[in-house]
Amino acid sequence: MNAVSPPPRPGAAGFLARYESLIGALPGDSALRAAAAAAFRAAGLPGGGPGRRIEAWKYTALRPLADMLFAPAQAPDIAEPPTLAGAAAKVVFVNGAYRAAMSAPPAFFARFADRPDFGTLSWPDREPMTALNTMLAADGMTLDIPANTDGGTVHLASIGVGPTAFHPRHLVRLAPGASLTLLETANGTGPYLHNPVTEIHVGAGARLIHVRLQNEDIAAFGLSTLYADIAEHGTYDSFSLNLGGRIARAEIRATLSGPHATAHLNAAQLLTGTQHSDFTTVVRHAEPHGASRQTVKNVLAGQSRGVFQGRIEVARDAQKTDGYQMNQALLLSPDAEMDCKPELEIFADDVKCSHGATIGALDADQIFYLRSRGVPAAEARAILVRAFLTEAIDAVADDAIRALLEAGIAGWWDNQAA
Amino acid sequence: MLNIRGLAASIDDKPILKGIDLIVPPGEVHAVMGPNGAGKSTLGYVLAGREDYVVTAGSAVFNGTELLGMDPEARAAAGVFLAFQAPIELPGVNNANFLRTALNAIRRSRGEGELDAVQFLKLARAETKRLAMPDDMLKRNVNVGFSGGEKKRNEVLQMALLRPKLAILDETDSGLDIDALKIVADGVNALRGPDFSALVITHHQRLLDHLVPNRVHVLSAGRIVRSGGPELARELEKSGYAGIVAEAA
Repeated sequence: MNAVSPPPRPGAAGFLARYESLIGALPGDSALRAAAAAAFRAAGLPGGGPGRRIEAWKYTALRPLADMLFAPAQAPDIAEPPTLAGAAAKVVFVNGAYRAAMSAPPAFFARFADRPDFGTLSWPDREPMTALNTMLAADGMTLDIPANTDGGTVHLASIGVGPTAFHPRHLVRLAPGASLTLLETANGTGPYLHNPVTEIHVGAGARLIHVRLQNEDIAAFGLSTLYADIAEHGTYDSFSLNLGGRIARAEIRATLSGPHATAHLNAAQLLTGTQHSDFTTVVRHAEPHGASRQTVKNVLAGQSRGVFQGRIEVARDAQKTDGYQMNQALLLSPDAEMDCKPELEIFADDVKCSHGATIGALDADQIFYLRSRGVPAAEARAILVRAFLTEAIDAVADDAIRALLEAGIAGWWDNQAA
Repeated sequence: MLNIRGLAASIDDKPILKGIDLIVPPGEVHAVMGPNGAGKSTLGYVLAGREDYVVTAGSAVFNGTELLGMDPEARAAAGVFLAFQAPIELPGVNNANFLRTALNAIRRSRGEGELDAVQFLKLARAETKRLAMPDDMLKRNVNVGFSGGEKKRNEVLQMALLRPKLAILDETDSGLDIDALKIVADGVNALRGPDFSALVITHHQRLLDHLVPNRVHVLSAGRIVRSGGPELARELEKSGYAGIVAEAA
């Protein structure tokens, strides 16, 4: 295939050239891909060049991504990712391609490459990164959990080896009454773009616990878009820990499409150096008695920049909606920056919606209290940062997954001290 | 022993301590009394190393080491302990973990081995029992949701575990009922010995009935204006500070 590929070009033009070279070779609906290509050609990479910035990407510009030159994804030799204690099922993707030798897939697993399914939620929303994904998606994980079945714990692992770009397409459907714990980890080495689109359907009375540990390489771009639809009495309980990436963005668009649906879109971001990480959510309450909760904690060191955009939409019929959103940032350096944009759009008249934001430094009295007890200053700060994250981390009930998150946080702190 | 000479300190360029001279020999408990705003708490903070106070003159030598200029954690390692008047709440920090981290930091600095969770809990439970504290205070977040009395007892618990050589108690008696007062006094009395000194900052004679001081000092407007034996505290209880302060002025 390399023989017929044109020489790589950077930015949006490079992705479009890659698409042109792959027409007919990619699985699934080619008309949809063509439409996505047209949309991506029109939109380009958000902030990737001069011109007007779109509001949804106000704080995150992909200019550095537009300058990157990527090669077609290879299948490099890599070490097998660690197996999560208690998770029987593991699905591993290397540079976006399913790696059977490292996987232990559950019975209800299918590959996008074998059974392409673009789902129903993402299109024609035409988020630029979704358009890029739809244009180039080659592989991914589809999970279909049958009704009233406990799918146990599944670990979805992505490993990137740069320089390359990959656009996996994942689809998770829980039939009514089903349950699943999904752990998603993203790691890698070198400069690469990991641009997954995930679609989630939580059926009536079903429950999905989704924990994501984004620890991409410091030179990588991790830009994920997730669409979730939560039916009557269904629960989508998600927590994202964002540690890695040069520029990272996790965008979640969740619709509470049935009454008494629940969505938790919690996150913590720990950044340092010149990292940029953007957590963007849109929660749409379409039916009555829905509840949404978002607690987003940011710990920002160095010259890092954290972004949280949280939008809650309450439709006219969605009476008795209970929406809550809280963004808290701890700035460990005078050069760190937090941008926070809450948006509430409420058309129903009997709802409870609140949002809040706090941005501050570590409390000098608390540091002094710890130091006066003999705790060295650096350890005192680490204790207080961990305490700041407690509310978010403790909400993760699974011990093995929580231990993984704790290790990620400890690793981040060790990098700070080094 | 603690030897304070000509100690002056200010906060936000406002002088609070204006030349304190005070010697606490080893094994002695000294009380510091005085009207509100006299600088009693500042004295405690300056000795413990709080950074927002600026020492403008003087010295504070403890067992041959100059304290002023040392990091707070180094002072703690040298044996200084400040029981806070308003103990700080640490949401998200488990009290047992906090106490063990502090104890192990102090033990490391003394060249002693660290205690594991089991060893620590055994020790901590014995102390909480002695201080008539409910066991669940170890499980809760540090001082969060504690009553005033519980916070003060938690300070005494820390003191009991860390076994300082110089304890500074900043109004540890305020807000305590008679029983709790006695427990706090017993906690300090239990540490008394040739290698332990204490500065007890208080407004009330009450505590000093249970924790009998060797000396009593009256602090007013940043200076010690009078010193005496335990009888001075009783005199103050009767006649107040006004006479002494006026006499000194």
